[in-house]
Amino acid sequence: MPRLVSHPDEVKIVTRRFGMGATDINKYVELGGYQALAKCLAQGPEWTINEMKASNLRGRGGAGFPTGLKWSFVPKQSPKPKYVLVNGDESEPGTCKDHLIFLHDPHAVIEGTMIAGLAIGAKVGFIYLRGEYRYLLEIMERAVADAYAKGILGKNILGSDFEFNVITQTGAGAYEVGEESALMESLEGKRGVPRIKPPFPAVVGLYGGPTVINNAETIATVPHVISMGAAEYAAVGTERNGGTRLFGLSGHVERPGVYELPMGYNLKKMIYEVGGGIRGGRKLKAVVPGGSSTPVLLPEEIENLGMDFDQVGKAGSMLGSGGVVVIDDQTCIVEFALRTISFYQHESCGWCIPCREGTDWLKKSLTRFHAGFGTEKDIDNIRYIAENMMGRTFCPLGDAAAMPTLGFVKKFRKEFEDHLNGKPCPFAKHVELAVV
Amino acid sequence: MSAETMSIFSPQLAARFDALVEKYPVKRSALIPMMLYAQDEIGYLSDAAIAEIAERLSLTQLDVRNVASYYSMLRFKPAGKFNVQVCTNISCMLRGAYEVFERFQEELGVGHKGVTKDGVFSLEEVECIGACCWAPAIQVNYDFHDELTPDHVPGIIAGYRGQANGRGGR
Repeated sequence: MPRLVSHPDEVKIVTRRFGMGATDINKYVELGGYQALAKCLAQGPEWTINEMKASNLRGRGGAGFPTGLKWSFVPKQSPKPKYVLVNGDESEPGTCKDHLIFLHDPHAVIEGTMIAGLAIGAKVGFIYLRGEYRYLLEIMERAVADAYAKGILGKNILGSDFEFNVITQTGAGAYEVGEESALMESLEGKRGVPRIKPPFPAVVGLYGGPTVINNAETIATVPHVISMGAAEYAAVGTERNGGTRLFGLSGHVERPGVYELPMGYNLKKMIYEVGGGIRGGRKLKAVVPGGSSTPVLLPEEIENLGMDFDQVGKAGSMLGSGGVVVIDDQTCIVEFALRTISFYQHESCGWCIPCREGTDWLKKSLTRFHAGFGTEKDIDNIRYIAENMMGRTFCPLGDAAAMPTLGFVKKFRKEFEDHLNGKPCPFAKHVELAVV
Repeated sequence: MSAETMSIFSPQLAARFDALVEKYPVKRSALIPMMLYAQDEIGYLSDAAIAEIAERLSLTQLDVRNVASYYSMLRFKPAGKFNVQVCTNISCMLRGAYEVFERFQEELGVGHKGVTKDGVFSLEEVECIGACCWAPAIQVNYDFHDELTPDHVPGIIAGYRGQANGRGGR
């Protein structure tokens, strides 16, 4: 069972009910649950969307798009039913935050889905978890059944004329399905490959109807934004980055775990104070700041780096999913790059050539390189392939593979050169990868 | 197809499938959950399972296979009763996942995608399982085991072997 951690610097908003038995609907209600929904029912859809806009809540899946703005794109009138789709297919290596939300606070996800539904005029919401989270699906299914039994889901919700239903399911193992249009394909019972955009899901989404797709953390944050009030929530974070973030701290730190910290929290402090520093007293070599797709940062680049979408972007990387992976000085970056690209090669859906062939070439090149058979030209080839994948694929998976690779080659070129001319890897033992 | 008609699945699962088809706005949406639940019950997606799922959803068998082959958790061959999946992705790798995987290989006597002779265990090296902050982690069927060292491996195997032999759980 995932262990809960805590630190005095945490600001517990999304996690405030974790470990308090809120999987029980009565406990959830006792702790203030479903009051945000009641407030939105009283105030109406327009107020709800404006409140979300004012909160500066940005999507927690990785792209950081403003949530209220996304909701406002859904046309008010539609001949087709509208839908809310909760993306709980979290699969980006380094990321495990939604895992804890489903485990400890499933009703927050349901309540957030209902509020989104009320805001856009949908009657059905889907909560889609990754296939590996079956035990969490069971928790979600119990929560949904309890909500129906208590009259919170269904018709005439809380005495209003609002009707809403929730359907839960899991995927069956495919990182690509975390991309919003691939997620819709999967939910429609197809191979999870991306759709061409436009049209965007807000206009033509699930079953052809207007659809709002939000990450599970975003949706679980919604009731808290409403309960606190947008201004108070926005004040917790930085300019244009409202509130807190669940940061997953993993790798070579003394105290890994999921911590809820204000947006803009200093990354160095997060590693050394919240995470307890580098394991075994070793030195920091590099940090992947927001899940495996985000370009690596060097120790000197995190000195004054606040963790929000804008500041990490300015530093040449991305806040992404908030999955901070810490790498110590005993780690081979070439091996780390190889393990990273192996993931993307495995998970590329194969739909478009730059991604399918590019990830394959990168994996082959890095494998050969790491085994000591690389040449000087290979370093430039790796860079050339990655640069030519950027922006040339249907969905962001190609970029997600290319961006970290470019970062590794650019910032650790010397370490790549140290592997040249038949030299064995100075760090790693594992060259062969079984996952193919 | 209803629960009363001939089904290769248990009456409980057949009834669950009937309900699942009704649940979605479009019945094809039930395909992936149905395949997962079918696999949970019979161990893999057999020809008969694919045929029945196709019939229930008014799809061709080819269509069902086409979708099934996309998803890494779905399989067309039986795995062990307990399918051990060891994550070696970056967060797990940094905290000793390869050593855990090697220990499983030694203890079970099989490699990646191998099945033990008695059919109790199968072993896989897999991509991220969403337990990065509690690394290294494994999944045995749908159970998570986290913060592992190689020394945990014999105990985990013994626990599941006990279940397979009807001697209770872990």
